[in-house]
Amino acid sequence: MSELRTHEYDVLIIGAGGAGLRAAIEASAAGVTVGVVCKSLLGKAHTVMAEGGVAAAIGNVDERDNWRVHFADTMRGGQYLNNPRMAELHAKEAPECVNELEQWGALFDRTKEGKILQRNFGGHRYPRLAHVGDRTGLEMIRTLQDHGIHQGIDFHMECTVVRLLKDGDRVCGAFGYFRERGQFVVFRAKAVVIATGGIGKAYSITSNSWEYTGDGQALALNAGADLIDMEFVQFHPTGMIWPPSVRGLLVTEGVRGEGGILTNSEGRRFMFDDIPENYRTQTAKDPDEGWRYVTGDRNANRPPELLTRDHVARCIVREVKEGRGSPHGGVYLDIAWIKEKIPNAAEHIKKKLPGMYHQFKELADIDITEQPMEIGPTTHYVMGGIRVDADSQMSTVPGLFAAGEAAAGLHGANRLGGNSLSDLLVFGRRAGRYAAEFARSAKPATEKLDEQIKAASEFTLAPFNRPDGENPFAIQRHLQAMMQDLVGIVRQEDEMRKALGLLEELNHRHAGVHVDGNRDFNPGWHTAMDLYNQLAVSEVIARSALTRKESRGGHFRLDFPEKDDAQSKVNTVVRRKPDGSLSVTQEPLVPTTDEQRAIIEEMK
Amino acid sequence: MKATFKIWRGQGKTGEFQEFATEISEGMVVLDAVLHIQGEQASDLALRWNCKAGKCGSCSAEINGKPRLMCMTRCSDIDLSQPVTVEPMKTFPHIKDLVTDVSWNYEAKKRVKPFKPRPPDNPDGTWTVMQEDIDRGQEFRKCIECFLCQNVCHVLREHEKFDGFIGPRMMVHTAYLEMHPLDTENRTSELKDAHGIGFCNITKCCTTVCPEDIHITDNAIIPLKERVADFHYDPLKRLFRLFSK
Repeated sequence: MSELRTHEYDVLIIGAGGAGLRAAIEASAAGVTVGVVCKSLLGKAHTVMAEGGVAAAIGNVDERDNWRVHFADTMRGGQYLNNPRMAELHAKEAPECVNELEQWGALFDRTKEGKILQRNFGGHRYPRLAHVGDRTGLEMIRTLQDHGIHQGIDFHMECTVVRLLKDGDRVCGAFGYFRERGQFVVFRAKAVVIATGGIGKAYSITSNSWEYTGDGQALALNAGADLIDMEFVQFHPTGMIWPPSVRGLLVTEGVRGEGGILTNSEGRRFMFDDIPENYRTQTAKDPDEGWRYVTGDRNANRPPELLTRDHVARCIVREVKEGRGSPHGGVYLDIAWIKEKIPNAAEHIKKKLPGMYHQFKELADIDITEQPMEIGPTTHYVMGGIRVDADSQMSTVPGLFAAGEAAAGLHGANRLGGNSLSDLLVFGRRAGRYAAEFARSAKPATEKLDEQIKAASEFTLAPFNRPDGENPFAIQRHLQAMMQDLVGIVRQEDEMRKALGLLEELNHRHAGVHVDGNRDFNPGWHTAMDLYNQLAVSEVIARSALTRKESRGGHFRLDFPEKDDAQSKVNTVVRRKPDGSLSVTQEPLVPTTDEQRAIIEEMK
Repeated sequence: MKATFKIWRGQGKTGEFQEFATEISEGMVVLDAVLHIQGEQASDLALRWNCKAGKCGSCSAEINGKPRLMCMTRCSDIDLSQPVTVEPMKTFPHIKDLVTDVSWNYEAKKRVKPFKPRPPDNPDGTWTVMQEDIDRGQEFRKCIECFLCQNVCHVLREHEKFDGFIGPRMMVHTAYLEMHPLDTENRTSELKDAHGIGFCNITKCCTTVCPEDIHITDNAIIPLKERVADFHYDPLKRLFRLFSK
């Protein structure tokens, strides 16, 4: 074990996107020692890709907005499966968290009065998203990064955590390797915060990068934590679909927020054809009212393009299935049409959506100020994740915390756009604060960790020690295609049963995976390790989806297309049993308080 | 169609080009080709990438000798009748294949004094700031930290002034802070001395390679040079400051 590096911290944070950085800053401010590990370089996490904005009821653009409206919008968007306490804390604390970013140097777009500007987004009643053009995530991560590096936090870049270490029931550290040289490392920590983001790479069409292999969810599950709501995967309605190499790349909802419309091959605005009952009173009657809404008419309702993401994605799938799709199997998203309405439309689009203009121009030869974009749904986000206490963000394992996409509860069955950046801030901050508090009162670990470390080392080196076997990239591709096909936007029982059979097969193949080369920066090896997590979360998603026999939010069952009352009261909970298999149960939701219920009723 | 890629393979100071043939289809970028090669022919081929959309700045490389992001270089824009060379950035210590040690950049940033805002303007802890006052700062904030500007800056690339110069990226970072309407810090002394702004002789190589089209030289470095000159070399202003203390 001479090659083993060790570090000791009060709080170890796994992941350096928005949630991890915000947690690190808060824990450090509480006066404890903090280490952060991340799989990529600092500042490259997926937060950087977030475009549209951060949702916070500041009320700068429409003073009728406040936390109660934001709370009700979030619950409605999540089809009331949300943890209501989280939704309340989130709505109340988001404005303060946005203000903090400004204190640390963020440059948000401004209103004419010099306040933070806010824009419209799907499912939000009032213009609520603080933003910087269409690169809000970059501004956020850079602000947190540049503030964080001066707070005495240790950053370990390009380091992958393979296992959590335990002292009896509680978590006491993590084992991992540095990607650069393959050197092993042990982090001893009194509290661990998981902020590793999502699972998008389990699917072939996704907006997520290579990193999003469900590491945090799998680490927590294997350490004894509960995962909930994992059947709720968000397929963002607007991903690029052509050319093939950019398939899945995100097209911000901001395009629709700025007046972009969805049309089919017949030129019809099909979103007007299907407006869900619970949004009927809030949706525009005709295109004219929709346009008035996006241009700031306070008495107009929002256009149906700004309905929630789950609904818009399904409408697109329907258009394509019924033969009204675009040439490459999507529909059209058109922002160029606004030139009928305003002078200098091209300049306006370039100013409001510079990233989108650039992305389509460079990668698809499309000028979005002149032509419509071809788009289709892409795997974007997982609403489910690690079950946490609303206030402290601690999981069901003592000392193990989670924040951001890796944690569950805030978004219920469907997340509203803009609520993830605010989620990162609000619950990253809480996780950091409570992890520091936990660490301060925690006793040092008593258990000798040698056995666990030895087992983790052998596990990590296994792919090198097989004489031959399959290429990990091939197994990964099969997994992604299988999940896309059988556990995607439209699900049914026989397909998901088939998926479980194929997962067993893939697990078997993966047990014989072999990697070439040595331990120095070896992506084949890294992928082989990530695959353990991908396979685990894929099984969790498939089993959770099988269990929920209804359609709600991001989960749509062709064999159970309606909502079911009994299942409106439960979360799907997955645990690892001692024999290694998974248990799936349905357990009652966190109840709403009388006050919360009154707000929901009032805003209906 | 098939195309040939000559990719730099090796570790540290040793290495050589290795040729791979791969199928190119419509719309592919160089990163797609390299990832296909990795997935099918060389699973241990080391490279960095994340967003694949020109937003994270991870996949910087030198393609046919030109510093570019692999994800934003369309195969249709390069001559595929010849082998396409893909090499790591040359300015930073080589680790393996296309991966270099860029940690110096993270250290250099720590040397720039952090943002220090004036007290809030409003009782609720917020500030009043006009859009026109942050337009320039927002240009600098488009930076994705791909470090291509650092890679081509000859002060670093040829003269290896890693100790006495922070490079164009950190000049852009300093410019964002210095031109931030709320910031109260003064960074001109370090700019002049420890950060070596005088080494830049405005050849604009950095501006040319910036994938975000930031006008690094004109909008960041030259105004910073003027600030340094104003603060440290203008005799009238120095006298004025002496007496106004």
